[in-house]
Amino acid sequence: MDNVPPDDTIICRCSDVTRAELRAWIAHGLTSMDELKRLTRITMGPCQGRTCRHLVMQELAAVTGQPLEELTPSSFRQPLKGITLGAVADWVAKEKQEKEV
Amino acid sequence: MEQREIVVIGGGPAGLSAALQAAHSGARVTIIEGEKRLGGQLIKQTHMFFGSHKQHAGTRGIDIATLLENELRALPNVEIILGATVLGYYYEDGALTIEDHEAFRLMIPKRLIVASGASEKFLAFPNNDLPGVYGAGAVQTLMNVYGVKPAQRVLMIGAGNIGLIVSYQLLQAGVEVAAVLEAAPQISGYLVHASKILRLGVPILTRHSIKEALGKHTVEGAIIHRLDDRWQPVPHSEQQITCDTICLAVGLSPLCDLLWQAGCAMQYIAELGGYVALRDEGMQTSVPGIYVAGDAAGVEEASAAMVEGSLAGLSAALSLGYNSPADEELTAELRQQLDDLRAGPGGAKIRSGLEKLHPTADNPKEVT
Repeated sequence: MDNVPPDDTIICRCSDVTRAELRAWIAHGLTSMDELKRLTRITMGPCQGRTCRHLVMQELAAVTGQPLEELTPSSFRQPLKGITLGAVADWVAKEKQEKEV
Repeated sequence: MEQREIVVIGGGPAGLSAALQAAHSGARVTIIEGEKRLGGQLIKQTHMFFGSHKQHAGTRGIDIATLLENELRALPNVEIILGATVLGYYYEDGALTIEDHEAFRLMIPKRLIVASGASEKFLAFPNNDLPGVYGAGAVQTLMNVYGVKPAQRVLMIGAGNIGLIVSYQLLQAGVEVAAVLEAAPQISGYLVHASKILRLGVPILTRHSIKEALGKHTVEGAIIHRLDDRWQPVPHSEQQITCDTICLAVGLSPLCDLLWQAGCAMQYIAELGGYVALRDEGMQTSVPGIYVAGDAAGVEEASAAMVEGSLAGLSAALSLGYNSPADEELTAELRQQLDDLRAGPGGAKIRSGLEKLHPTADNPKEVT
């Protein structure tokens, strides 16, 4: 593990989560991606995990010794990209109108 | 709510080929692309393709995009939606939610072909959040799509084809390339691409990696180091490089978010870039009616993506009853094309990855 970069290295740059923070949570017993996601917001920022998911999985695998291929990635929730509530409300209103016609 | 026959997500080489084949078979096809034009990564590819003439070898990537687009636009049974992003798939009712120019849409397709491509992998090193640390693909977009010179002097991390090709294109754009680093003991991209930049005096340092980025507000340089046989840093091998941009070309991950949402059985295969969907020979996933093609099915290159797209388009159309006597022969020919593209030492990694992929029937997975 001597090639591990120092602890203040950013692993999730949407939410500024460092390696030290992740390791502290893993040491607390959070050894699944979903648990780490709920506590640190990894994979929940604008990139939706496209930048950090793989790095967090590598980190989890390195610390816990679980093989990478046996880790389950954190769940992939809709929407994959932000949309305004207004846009959804407009659609609902339009659908309602069409049903009435 | 809008009903559709076949929806193809992604207008890159795989999606374009899938839409074309399904439409030629007679199905009504809707193709959804997030960018304002079709082509995906092809529109950034100024180099000529290798491989077979069946996948347009000898033609530049950007010209292949135009060829496929023109062919698609000539068909009356094709609907093209540009600048729209699929937000999610809901397995309960098979619905897609879409953001189309800030408006919300809900679409229920009879068949879905996911050709969403891949995303660039990132690396963990100190100061990796400094402005000036980019994915190589992002830099290529800035140069080749937007005409922006992205840097004065670049350090490229990764000597696969993307790292090599983007380095060459940077040089063509008048950007200095300080060095290309490769953690492996040998260059992993094609030697024809490596030779082009070596001839222009750019060093390719194998068994080297980045230790940290330097700079206060933006990238001002980097510390690199040598790696030993066990990929560990060699003590006292550090060197300082001056650069204003660090480009990461360290691999791609298939973009499978929608396939996870659909409950497709997935498997982690490092050779294919990460998690990929199990599928049958016609590219149908473990969820009936959902197909996958191109980098979303496993990171490969554009020629294979086009053939996989055609296979997915053909089988999706067939499943809807659009058949012709020539289908069997065409299927066999497409499979042969894939085998040919994957033959030889260049395809070893893909072959080994695909061998590990479980057959769909063996691994049913509950929707979670």
